Amino acid sequence: MMQTLNAYTEIVGHDVIDQLRQLAEPLKGRKVVHVNSTRMGGGVAEILAKLVPLMNELGLDTHWEVINGNAEFYQCTKSFHNALQGNTIAIPESQLRNFEEVNRQNAEQLRPVLEDADIAFIHDPQPAPLLSSFPERRGKWIWRCHIDVSRPHRPVWKYLRGFLTGYDASIWSLPDFAQTLPHPQYIIPPSIDPLSEKNIALPDSDITAVYERFDIDPERPLVTQVSRFDRFKDPVGVIESYRLSKRFVPALQLVLAGGGATDDPEGEAVLNEVYDATNGDPDIKILLLPSDAHRTINALQRASDIVMQKSTREGFGLTVTEGLWKGKPVIGGNTGGIRLQVINHHTGFLVSTPEGAALRTRYLLNHRDILDTMGIKAREFVREHFLLTRHLREYLTLMVVLMNDHPERVELS
Amino acid sequence: MKNHNDSRPFAFKDCALAAIATGRRAQNLRELRDQLLQVEAGSLYYHFWGGRLRPQFDEPEYNNDFAAWARHSLHDHVIAERLAVVDPMDYDSLEDLRGEVVDVIEERLAEQEFVPWAKSDEQFSFIRSQIIVFDTRKSIEDPTGLAHEIPHSSTSSIFYHFIDARRRTPDGQDDFSTWLRGFGERYEPLLARIADVDPYFASLSELRSQLTAVFGDYFSGMAQGGGK
Repeated sequence: MMQTLNAYTEIVGHDVIDQLRQLAEPLKGRKVVHVNSTRMGGGVAEILAKLVPLMNELGLDTHWEVINGNAEFYQCTKSFHNALQGNTIAIPESQLRNFEEVNRQNAEQLRPVLEDADIAFIHDPQPAPLLSSFPERRGKWIWRCHIDVSRPHRPVWKYLRGFLTGYDASIWSLPDFAQTLPHPQYIIPPSIDPLSEKNIALPDSDITAVYERFDIDPERPLVTQVSRFDRFKDPVGVIESYRLSKRFVPALQLVLAGGGATDDPEGEAVLNEVYDATNGDPDIKILLLPSDAHRTINALQRASDIVMQKSTREGFGLTVTEGLWKGKPVIGGNTGGIRLQVINHHTGFLVSTPEGAALRTRYLLNHRDILDTMGIKAREFVREHFLLTRHLREYLTLMVVLMNDHPERVELS
Repeated sequence: MKNHNDSRPFAFKDCALAAIATGRRAQNLRELRDQLLQVEAGSLYYHFWGGRLRPQFDEPEYNNDFAAWARHSLHDHVIAERLAVVDPMDYDSLEDLRGEVVDVIEERLAEQEFVPWAKSDEQFSFIRSQIIVFDTRKSIEDPTGLAHEIPHSSTSSIFYHFIDARRRTPDGQDDFSTWLRGFGERYEPLLARIADVDPYFASLSELRSQLTAVFGDYFSGMAQGGGK
């Protein structure tokens, strides 16, 4: 169901919604197009599913388009993803040519909508070459990078950079990710939607249902990591951490819940590694959930005592934001956007090893009062900084700046 | 008795900052000094003041980004403490502020045999910002309205009127004081109390609370005293 802006007032207050309406005023009627590579699965699709209707409600003529690719295309873009996060990967020339050809084909299909756009947001590397098919474009084109590109594999970055230099601006989740490009690079962290199925308040019956459905004992402590089965999320490291903790907290249970995304061909291999690592422990639940199991994930996070996100590379880490919003301290990998959200001793703990994660798990489970206090702080921190309304405000701000040719100060009448 | 500013009513505005990476980074204290010498002044402004509109707790350990980085990434407590007490309000211009920060860093560099370094993924990234200012469509003609409106103002509106104003007005004053001066000497006691509110060592929500108290106390006192 589409949520209206007024529905957010109860959560963020009138001022925040009024700000959005005022900022959107000069953008009314402008045609805005978002393009990414999947409509289901992954944080980008989740954000766009909410952001686009809200932009429309504010009077912007906003569209969301998805490019289509073949298996070789997704293999190539998955390699991009891994390489941009630092893995040394050689991508076959044939895959690169296919990547470019798929983009050319998509450009033709999207030509009517993109040619007229006042502002086009192109998300992540998959559709990045679209720009080169629109030399006569009239609008501003912005490349939005959701990936941790702080230490990219240089040959792949160099290849992709060639498609990015023509953009009018780019957006990065953290300053550390920004690379040298000949245009303004804006810093906008992503966000969660407090009214989505994944984050909305749930009745106790939903929580009880997940205990029963997944054979979780509600009387025993539970640590949960929700994320794709991806090596950068270090699910095997989470299991190691659980084993170290369980020596001291024998009742501990662990849930690793992951969804697949249509553009991630590696998930199955990682999932098999994870199954092997469980070694048949009945207190470890590996849950492969469909991409629309939002309410189930919501309930699992709420059923948990601690949310874990032990990534070794992370763009932003929306599952961290989700956990914090549910009033759970988060034990997170000391990387990327997790650093922006997990503040040691306030909203959780940053860790670098399974041992560190185990130590913090034991600490929190043995200090319930501190766990509860951190949970309260965590929720308020998200309310202030990482909800969809803040994200929308920053997009509107950026669009206003771009429509005014980047002056340092824009005074709207 | 006249209770109107001859020039104009007070229009409440609000603002939003767009943060932009400058591409300048520092890995160690010497590089921080070198980049500080070259970075545009607006970046200094952002790292001293812009943090108010970024994700942080209301009681941050340090009030500017340079001090926080020195403590958390360089692990040099001495330079962190020295940078933390640099108050941008003490300097007439951002160039003067730049000079002071560079001096503090050079003093520390001279004291040590080794230059403190950060881990490779904990570089200091210099940011600058663009500001969008918009009208809230709320305005007042009578200063007593400040007592009613301030508690309901957004923190970014407080930023615009109480912090950003010092950068854009010729005499470096906040907007409330500038407007109240338009009434002549009538509000001198109130102006003195506003001047006591330190914008640097308080979060925006604390500033809003302090200003709410200042205006609330002053105008309720006026009402009880039959008007000044």
